[in-house]
Amino acid sequence: MHIMEGFLPSPWWEIWILISLPFVAIGLYQLNKLVQEKRETLPLLAVAGAFVFVLSSLKIPSFNGSCSHPTGTGLGGILFGPCIAAVLGLIVLVFQAVFLAHGGITTLGANVFSMGIAGPAVAYLIYKAGTRAGANTYATVFIAAALADLVTYVVTSVQLALAFPGTAGFFGAFSAFAAVFAVTQVPLAIIEGAVIMLVFKYIVQLKPEILTRLNLLSESTVQKLREAAA
Amino acid sequence: MKHGMELAVAALIVIFAAVFLFQDAAIQATLGDGEEAWGGADGEAAGLIEASGYEPWIEPFWEPPSGEIESLLFALQAAIGAVIIGYVFGYWQGNRKAA
Repeated sequence: MHIMEGFLPSPWWEIWILISLPFVAIGLYQLNKLVQEKRETLPLLAVAGAFVFVLSSLKIPSFNGSCSHPTGTGLGGILFGPCIAAVLGLIVLVFQAVFLAHGGITTLGANVFSMGIAGPAVAYLIYKAGTRAGANTYATVFIAAALADLVTYVVTSVQLALAFPGTAGFFGAFSAFAAVFAVTQVPLAIIEGAVIMLVFKYIVQLKPEILTRLNLLSESTVQKLREAAA
Repeated sequence: MKHGMELAVAALIVIFAAVFLFQDAAIQATLGDGEEAWGGADGEAAGLIEASGYEPWIEPFWEPPSGEIESLLFALQAAIGAVIIGYVFGYWQGNRKAA
């Protein structure tokens, strides 16, 4: 989903930076609060960030002859919400833009929006809706993380189609970009959803009190999940 | 089943790998000399844009000088993440055992 350096003309790169900025600012504020009020959640935050590091470095061959990478930001979105996920995404994207020429500094705003904000926001909302409806926790996590991955690439296609409608117009350009990005991403999104579901299970097994502290799971649900695993 | 979810995820990855191998065999058969499949989707999108005549208005100020150095940095990125995940999960596991 990386839009490469210089591949967004003015005014689009400025627009996406302006859109992403408030989310990152709120994320920094929320992080600050987390550090002060819920220190015991910090290791989980480190895991969420590290997860983005690992998953976004893996370029995986997909089904149509090209490679793409998962994003890993769905986990951060579920656990800490889209604003903190935006900060995590920003750190990884800066690393890749500076050291790897993967993505770019000018396209940072657009890339943070797709990978750090839009995807995690979808994951967060699906998780909230799923738990409220009393759906199976792991199935909810799977769907939330898989869709976060897919939405990231759909948003990238929208961003490129807006900037490069060409002669085909927005929808024509969108389907061309979506054919490159979103279709490649479907199998990877499924794998990413499955892996994040597994990580979530380990968190429930090892440190469920953090999940209740973050109001992600009720004590009774934790009890039920742990009994089912035992 | 105690490790049901692990088995399901492992099965999913095996299926994914098998489909990849079959598809790769089909693609390799149609490729000419010097052609390479399985490029990055990011680059493909960039190619699509450049085909319309657009030139990027700014270049990255530094690029990994070779594919080897690029994979070194990607591996480093994954290793940093993996160390942190392993450390935290190991720490929690240790705490649980000690409690």
